[in-house]
Amino acid sequence: MLPASLSILVIDENRIRAAIIEEGLREAGHDRVTLVHDVSALVRRISEINPDVIVIDLETPNRDMLENMFQLSRTVKRPVAMFVDHSDNASIEAAVDAGVSAYIVDGLRKERVKPILQMAISRFNAFARMERELEEARGELENRKVIDRAKGLLMKSRGLSEDDAYALMRKTAMNQNRKIVDVAQSLVTVADLLGPGKL
Amino acid sequence: MPEHQIHAGFMPLFDCAILIVAREMNFAENEGVRLTLHRETSWANIRDRMAIGHFDVAHMLGPMPLACNLGLTPLASETVVPFSFGLGGNGVTVSNAVWAGMADHGAEPTLDPARNGRALGAYVRARSAAGAPLLRFAVTHPHSGHNYELRYWLAGCGVDPSREIEIVIVPPPFMADAMAAGRIDGYCVGEPWNSVSVVAGIGRIATVKAAIWRNSPEKVLGARRIWAGERPESLAALLRAMHHAARWCQDPRNHPALTELMAQPAYLGQPAEITRRALTGTLDQGDWNFRKVEDFYLPFDKAANFPWKSHASWFYTQMVRWGDVAHTPGNVEIALNCYRPDLYRSALTPIGVAVPDADSKVEGAMTTTTPVGCAGTDLMLGPDGFFDGRIFDPNKLSDYINAQTSGD
Repeated sequence: MLPASLSILVIDENRIRAAIIEEGLREAGHDRVTLVHDVSALVRRISEINPDVIVIDLETPNRDMLENMFQLSRTVKRPVAMFVDHSDNASIEAAVDAGVSAYIVDGLRKERVKPILQMAISRFNAFARMERELEEARGELENRKVIDRAKGLLMKSRGLSEDDAYALMRKTAMNQNRKIVDVAQSLVTVADLLGPGKL
Repeated sequence: MPEHQIHAGFMPLFDCAILIVAREMNFAENEGVRLTLHRETSWANIRDRMAIGHFDVAHMLGPMPLACNLGLTPLASETVVPFSFGLGGNGVTVSNAVWAGMADHGAEPTLDPARNGRALGAYVRARSAAGAPLLRFAVTHPHSGHNYELRYWLAGCGVDPSREIEIVIVPPPFMADAMAAGRIDGYCVGEPWNSVSVVAGIGRIATVKAAIWRNSPEKVLGARRIWAGERPESLAALLRAMHHAARWCQDPRNHPALTELMAQPAYLGQPAEITRRALTGTLDQGDWNFRKVEDFYLPFDKAANFPWKSHASWFYTQMVRWGDVAHTPGNVEIALNCYRPDLYRSALTPIGVAVPDADSKVEGAMTTTTPVGCAGTDLMLGPDGFFDGRIFDPNKLSDYINAQTSGD
């Protein structure tokens, strides 16, 4: 006989990340998944959700409140323990590093929960990577804007072609062991300081 | 070149100032310590990151290391306490509606714990007789000085904190909002989170920790026992840096700089005008009626950084009282071994700091400021009275525990 499906509660104030976790859980065949973003509303709903597993974002400032509620509150029917397999320090560390933790009800076999935690860890990490890449792409776009502006300044004040303006900045950067964007930024800063038409 | 790399976790509460100042005012660097500070969002995160070794030391609630070592937490590493972040600093704030109910039963804006506690008790019973729901109070963590002093105060005023009110957990920065939204009726928390409600006009300070138990313990420095054993020189260097930082925090000449520093978004993010109230102990009891509370918060004076074993054992008596842990000889030993005045002494006596000779003291026995026997000079302690006049003699632990009421 197949074990009954688990009721899984995902607490994450980041809606996009929560949706990514939910998708992962559904792909793994878990169909009783509840997402909660607003913790103050959870207090009233916790007994109705009656979770077997709780996946929680470690950045939530409400974690102490939640932990106390899971362990002590009369509103939870069964006591909830943190998912800790003491022999498995690597999983604990991977979870904390990824910024996620899980709690399970007493008596639930750890083997049933481990894949859930592992999926959450990998999705949290993937989300962090995605955010980092987005941040880098944003930075890249900003850099290109600064370089274009510096190029324009050089073309105007020294009568250079676009290619020559870029080549001059690249050469200066190489000679000074700096990045092109830093040279361009210096140029833009000086132009702003001197005022319009002075460079 | 710093020789000691130390990672420390902290929560954004006023008393973490000692760690912030140790770093920002170069006291750590002067001791060869490269101190990396990690701001955290929950005590559970601090506990977990200590357990897996991300942090060597952390700002912790006084009873938290006991809870870790007694096995009361889901994840924990064995933790020792070589230093205390100071004495006092908390208050109990109630909503305007609760204050009005208390005032009907004799409460006065004096912060007097006995009088206002009796008034709260009368109000609680009047509500109960009228069939009103239980008042809900918040504390920051189950294993906190806040929880135990709120319960001690209420029980001492004839209110059963387990049955006649409800106690929930709310993070300090959310207390005022939760009360404004009507989710809680009062709370016990460190400054500036009491004054924040007073300034917003949504609550009144009913009493303060310094009046419930004067010069009582609050946050401590928890260190991973294994790390402290392997890196005694790093720990000693950190304790010296924190000693100098604590003395700097106590000096009124530095208070303007300190409140500005703590007001930064990376630390407290609350206006200096509000955080200054904790340092001066000058609190608004309502209607702009300011009152100076003696010894409201001491970051340094009166041996405030000494990790008294009697503080650990008092926390233990309250953990037993409220059913967190069973009273057994083994648990007493764990609790007593958690606070380590020997580590404090061995770090600070070589630089001429006055350190108490004793590891424990009878709590509540000093009615005036009293000089104590110590290895240095001019060390003054106390007064340290409990509001109900009771005395805690750590040598008579079981008698004290047996005489406590828990409402069960």
